[in-house]
Amino acid sequence: MRPAAVVGTGQTHHAAKRLDVSMAGLCREAIDRAMADAGVDWPDIDAVVLGKAPDLFEGVMMPELFLSDALGAVGKPLLRVHTAGSVGGSTGNVAASLVQSGVHDRVLAVAFEKQSESNAMWALSVPTPFTMPVHAGAGGYFAPHVRAYIRRAGAPEHVGAMVAAKDRRNGALNPYAHLKQPDITVESVRASTMLWDPIRYDETCPSSDGACAVVISAAETSGPAAWIRATAMRTEPTTFAGRDQVNPQAGRDAARALWKQAGITDPLSEVDAAEIYVPFSWFEPMWLENLGFTDTGQGWKLTEAGETEIGGRLPVNPSGGVLSSNPIGASGLLRFAEAAMQVMGTAGEHQVDGVRTALGHAYGGGSQFFAMWVVGSERP
Amino acid sequence: MRDVAVVGFAQTPCVRETDGTTNGVEMLVPIFHEVLGSLGLTKSDIGFWCSGSSDYLAGRAFSFVSAVDAIGAFPPIMESHVEMDAAWALYEAWVKLLCGEVDTALVYGFGKSSAGQLRRVMAMQLDPYVVTPLWPDSLGLAGIQARMGIEAGLWDERAMASVAAQSRAAALSNPLAQLSGSFEVDDLLAAEYVVDPLRRHDCAPITDGAATIVLAAGDRARELCERPAWITGFEHRVDSPSFGTRDLTTSPSAVAAGKAAGADGIEVAELHAPFTHQEILLRQALGLGDDVVVNPSGGVLAGNPMFAAGLARIGEAARRVHDGTASKVLGHATSGPLLQQNLVCVMEGRA
Amino acid sequence: MTKPLSAPLDVGFDYTRSTGPTLGRFLSDLRRRKVTGIRGSDGRVHVPPLEYDPVTAERLTEFVDVASTGVVRGWSWIPEPLEAQPLDRPFAWALIQLDGADTSLLHAVDAGSPDRMSTGARVRVRWRADRVGAITDIECFELSDEPSDEPVEADDVTMVTTPVHLHYTHSASPTEDPFLRGLMDGRLIAQRCPACEKVYFPPRPACPTDGVPTTDQIELSDRGTITTFCVVNVPFLGQRIPPPYVSAYVLLDGADIPFLHLLLGVAPEDVRMGMRVEAVWKPREEWGPTMQNIDHFRPSGEPDAPFDSYSQHL
Repeated sequence: MRPAAVVGTGQTHHAAKRLDVSMAGLCREAIDRAMADAGVDWPDIDAVVLGKAPDLFEGVMMPELFLSDALGAVGKPLLRVHTAGSVGGSTGNVAASLVQSGVHDRVLAVAFEKQSESNAMWALSVPTPFTMPVHAGAGGYFAPHVRAYIRRAGAPEHVGAMVAAKDRRNGALNPYAHLKQPDITVESVRASTMLWDPIRYDETCPSSDGACAVVISAAETSGPAAWIRATAMRTEPTTFAGRDQVNPQAGRDAARALWKQAGITDPLSEVDAAEIYVPFSWFEPMWLENLGFTDTGQGWKLTEAGETEIGGRLPVNPSGGVLSSNPIGASGLLRFAEAAMQVMGTAGEHQVDGVRTALGHAYGGGSQFFAMWVVGSERP
Repeated sequence: MRDVAVVGFAQTPCVRETDGTTNGVEMLVPIFHEVLGSLGLTKSDIGFWCSGSSDYLAGRAFSFVSAVDAIGAFPPIMESHVEMDAAWALYEAWVKLLCGEVDTALVYGFGKSSAGQLRRVMAMQLDPYVVTPLWPDSLGLAGIQARMGIEAGLWDERAMASVAAQSRAAALSNPLAQLSGSFEVDDLLAAEYVVDPLRRHDCAPITDGAATIVLAAGDRARELCERPAWITGFEHRVDSPSFGTRDLTTSPSAVAAGKAAGADGIEVAELHAPFTHQEILLRQALGLGDDVVVNPSGGVLAGNPMFAAGLARIGEAARRVHDGTASKVLGHATSGPLLQQNLVCVMEGRA
Repeated sequence: MTKPLSAPLDVGFDYTRSTGPTLGRFLSDLRRRKVTGIRGSDGRVHVPPLEYDPVTAERLTEFVDVASTGVVRGWSWIPEPLEAQPLDRPFAWALIQLDGADTSLLHAVDAGSPDRMSTGARVRVRWRADRVGAITDIECFELSDEPSDEPVEADDVTMVTTPVHLHYTHSASPTEDPFLRGLMDGRLIAQRCPACEKVYFPPRPACPTDGVPTTDQIELSDRGTITTFCVVNVPFLGQRIPPPYVSAYVLLDGADIPFLHLLLGVAPEDVRMGMRVEAVWKPREEWGPTMQNIDHFRPSGEPDAPFDSYSQHL
């Protein structure tokens, strides 16, 4: 496998409704920034990979087809990835494999979601005959598993609020974030409405329009590069008898494969920053354990000790994460791009000092699809 | 780069309507058993899984998620999915094998077209601002393309009917085909138009079905298969969605993919042409001469399981290498309205 | 085997699309009975205007006024129009090159009969009376050599609403079918995987860990244990009970997998993981092939199940 690197990243200003642009315009806002960042032009791009969550969200079947002019894909190979919420991550990994395999020298990966075209709640709960409607709404699917985590880990109740306050404060440092709440506190999060007990309003992700793009290349271009040291994807069924929904095996397996490929034996000391897919605050400690940063049941202690803040031992989601911006299909690629930006030193106000190794992580479905990568400053 | 080959292929019968769900599980379980069984493999021998399907075909978000139940995906698997015909899933798997991380991959596609109104569902692929609101149906669009070719002298209704007659005659030897039989061109031409200038025989049927292919690299392929179908060219391209700006009587993406994949010396080609005139168009675009056997399976005019049909073309072509009847074959897949996106997979047998 | 149950599934939503500047200009002008194209990098004038050039991928910005008359470049004939198409009587789909444009627009031509259609025929726009800024402001084209109606004043639009209504038939799997038919009789029918022997309720098309259809049928009682739950405090679209209430995972006795259902008859703050519950059925005359025959679960009054008895189901 030959080395590949992220040489450019771009993203939109994320917002609840980007009514100023079409879907093509939204994608191009991210693409044009990524290509400018990489210092490349259309003839330099060999292939395009588009990632997006369900087609019902925008009401277009395989939208990459109608977007092919805007994606600069005409006359080129164009792939469309869809792996539920992990799709942004999978898009990055598939684009990386196109370069690592030697098939292409330079690939553009794009992911977007324009949630304001419809209503994700509707699209995910079209009443299907014979199927019991979930009486719980969006967070209701995950809230029982969060409760199970809290019970199993014996975690104190304020840890979720700590994550939310941290990510929203970080989001205030990110010019592209949907939510910017510099004055949020643990107390104000705890005072917010309890939506799906044990999940509060301020502990849930927003619904955003947005896009992200990265340029992946076999060779450096004009600027800095984030070399892809490892990628991993794992899947397991949504439910099955005896499934661990709090700490899914697929996530553990993916992480183990990832660290092994990257040559990392002690992730907590060897990874300098992590962009982890945290749509509900409690998923930070849950994924810290699932990813092997801590032992099972210990993730919340890292959060509680403040070690996941910028300046801590493992800054998690310095960009503000999914809790600050959630264009679903793009959220995974945003995590991957933000990890690369930390390594490239281009994260601006939310830059963590001295990042040489960073993790990008995404998951989807009922915590069953996982996609991750590790990027580093050194060419492998 | 490593050598990668198609070593196994299975597909369901092509039928007008299955009883099962839109998540494909009932169709996939038997063909997984068939393809793995024929190679002496179990699911744990597969390094990477990749599938192609469409939520709009099923009428539900995340329809592909339940399909992994057919695998029995625990312990967890390395897996991915494209919202495209599974021929592109095969491409993703091929790339994965080239990376060297895994040696085997199983690719599958499925579609239950009978669940919805296919002609209307396909309108959802068009420009959502200025085209889909008119609900142009797939037959109506193909009819425009067919007439443009007729008026340009590239084909005529008789040549189109002849493609249909050949497809159904070839399908007599394909037990999984939906449509087969001996037909006289004159009899076919006596039928009414469905969408002038298209008659029923010019259009692929509505089909439920699924298909699967196993890929293997290097020595693993030689162990699994006496005569692997080695992939020597695998290319795909897309055209502009704005068909009013395109010359619809040809397909630049098919021409480019064929040229890049190396379509010279092909003995057998399986073309994904849902309309008779598109088979003629593709033959021209890919430069396939009269000596090339096209669609010995009957092609998609004999059975068109959406999102599996392109993959099945590659499987059908590979089968001619496996059984020794050909040494260089081509499988083609298309996606999008009016042949907007095209993929060509060239495979060779080696002594 | 009898054919599994099936029922209609309608997928309908009015999508709200922001147009961006390029399509917004085109659609706003349609409202004014004007057609606007855009010049591409190769000099061609495209109608509808393209946001990005198909050759160079650059954003296009040079708008060009074109006529509302033009010529048919290709066509097909629809003898039986489908739902939501521009006309409900037989019509032609046509690619139409408007005068002043170099590429073609797709629309319907109200020609009456295929005998009157031909490539090269002259057509003009038939404007809709109530225009909203959408491609359907062009009702259709008609065969004519005469100019269309004159432009009028109208405000700009930046959004377009696109109704999408698709109709499907949803089928249960053969393994689900006995479960659904059992529900119609008030019975809870699970299935056991022949490989791992786990009991699935509801049954699945295939055992998710073994990939084989579940076969043996087992009837379960309507009692079980709450494994975990959440308290729903938030109103949302389609909700049928005023919050707060409890949505809980119920593990029926004898099953190996829990499912989500409602837990009522107890204050949310008194619900516990491990609580024993029983089903409360709707009146028999309301039963159908659905788990909604069980209106909700309520505490059975039995002592809580120990954590170890359900901890592997979390």
